[in-house]
Amino acid sequence: MAAVLEVAGLTTVFHTRTGVVRAVQDVSFSVEAGETLAIVGESGCGKTMTALSLMRLIPTPPGQITAGTVRLAGTDLLGLSEAGMRKMRGSQIAMIFQEPMTALNPLLTIGRQIAEMVSLHENISRRAANARAVEMLQQVRIPAPERRAREYPHQMSGGMRQRAMIAMALACRPKVLIADEPTTALDVTIQAQVLDLIDDLRRELGTAVVLITHDLGVVAEVADRMIVMYAGRKVEDGRTKDLFADPCHPYLQGLLASVPRFGAAEGARLRDIPGIVPPLHDLPHGCAFAPRCACAVGACRDTVPPLEPKRPGHTAACWVT
Amino acid sequence: MLEYTLRRLGLMVLTLFGVSVAIFLLLRIVPGNIADILFDSAGLVDPAEKQKIIADLGLDQPLVTQYVRWIVGLAHGDLGYSYVSEKPVLDEILPRIPITARLAGLALLFAVCTGVPFGVISAVRQNTWLDYILRLFSLAFLSMPSFWLGLLVLMAFVNWFGILPIYDKAPQTWGALALMLGVPAATVGLRSSALIMRLTRSSMLEVLRQDYVRTARSKGLSEPAVTFIHALRNAVLPVITTIGIETAFLFGGLIVTETVFNIPGVARFLVEAIRWRDYPMVQNLVMFIAIIVVLVNLIVDLAYMFVDPRIRLRA
Repeated sequence: MAAVLEVAGLTTVFHTRTGVVRAVQDVSFSVEAGETLAIVGESGCGKTMTALSLMRLIPTPPGQITAGTVRLAGTDLLGLSEAGMRKMRGSQIAMIFQEPMTALNPLLTIGRQIAEMVSLHENISRRAANARAVEMLQQVRIPAPERRAREYPHQMSGGMRQRAMIAMALACRPKVLIADEPTTALDVTIQAQVLDLIDDLRRELGTAVVLITHDLGVVAEVADRMIVMYAGRKVEDGRTKDLFADPCHPYLQGLLASVPRFGAAEGARLRDIPGIVPPLHDLPHGCAFAPRCACAVGACRDTVPPLEPKRPGHTAACWVT
Repeated sequence: MLEYTLRRLGLMVLTLFGVSVAIFLLLRIVPGNIADILFDSAGLVDPAEKQKIIADLGLDQPLVTQYVRWIVGLAHGDLGYSYVSEKPVLDEILPRIPITARLAGLALLFAVCTGVPFGVISAVRQNTWLDYILRLFSLAFLSMPSFWLGLLVLMAFVNWFGILPIYDKAPQTWGALALMLGVPAATVGLRSSALIMRLTRSSMLEVLRQDYVRTARSKGLSEPAVTFIHALRNAVLPVITTIGIETAFLFGGLIVTETVFNIPGVARFLVEAIRWRDYPMVQNLVMFIAIIVVLVNLIVDLAYMFVDPRIRLRA
């Protein structure tokens, strides 16, 4: 199947007082319709900035997308005018955010916020838009959707708000749904429900999902493929199964070793990755992970390793492995 | 909602009681009464006559008696008689109320209609030259006392347009009305306008950083729609509160402005009454102003509930 979203060489920088912060550097990936791609990495590695770049919601200035293409069903989003991009947002590519508590407007009813999305992109009556809002709430399995549509965000629980958020994002049947840490702020039991919901809707509607998360457990559960980001760069890319079974980059190896597993020997210690992510305005010359890497060699400190196929359908950027 | 309103009305009565005691006592603490003033300034010399005046007005009665007499009268709608003009207080106050009410209303309208839009512009264009200029002006207007500004405005009108926008008689045309009320209203409203602008700006800046504003953008809404539908509604909440507080301050500004522009409203009349220690006049006027301020604050709180469902549904 052809990729619905193709990102190539995406580079986003921020001009700040401390210098140019390279938030996203030369990131490429593609997602097919009905597929879930996970973008994984620790805080500050550029996941959210990648997502906001796709939506062209980077605050400009100080931010700026300096290179790359983002093709959505053939259209280069970065080449569109602002008005053209507005037509795409919500209708073709939609986003849900980490904090359902703060991501919904507290003064407007849930129904109105969903209907607003519909009437913006579709030429239908207010009444039809409201009906669609109720329908969407039902689709995300919110009980008593008519009543809930008339309620305000503060009257709902966190999980329900995130469902409402999903209902809003999917109201116009976008081709791509970007979910930025959609479960981080939720209780664990609710997390599973919300993930299941996203997964079901993806299957029903054929939406491509870009799931941004730092939770490898979530990735293993729902993602077909994943990319790993470190300090603004993509360092590994492949099928989730393959990457979990045989991680090539020492960073992913470290991440996987830090996750507790069932069946591990009693008293076995979890390993951590020493050090912290380097500041993005002052990256080392070579591989950004080299200062924290146990297997780093001379080349790692001099030159950024290119992304190379290491196994079939599995690329990584590392000089050593 | 109903219970909340009733509770607020109860609190209003309590507030007004406090105000009545305060103004009653303050007036008696101020040295001299109407008899003293008459004897000092009008040159009456017969002490027996002075005693008679004091006895006639009931000023020799214990304070509690005087207070109760006033409040009981007030409760019956009897505001008493002015010591100076000897006419019923109500007859003196009533014709002046529309003048001050129009002035105050216009001033508040001016403050809101300029303060909020300029605040929004300033926030949306943060750190541009437009923002700097708006902030500079608002700081300047906040710092200018209204009597000084009033005189400047008068001088400017005389100097540049050759007209004196002071109130000599009731204006006959709409143009004259606009000039005679509009100029003083703008003068007294500038301070509130500057305050509202700065508040709107900072409130807007905070709201524009919120996640739901980003959500609104991610839906494909245009910038004006994001600013006015999603941001301004949230940003205006603290501004509404300030409007309530500003109403009280407005009366202070009105006293000065009515004097500068020679407007025969209640505010200037109040100063006149204080000068003569015209107790019934001052007491009732202050009560009247207090009622207005308390009512405006009640309206503000109800408006708050109307705008913010979080408060409406909790109350």
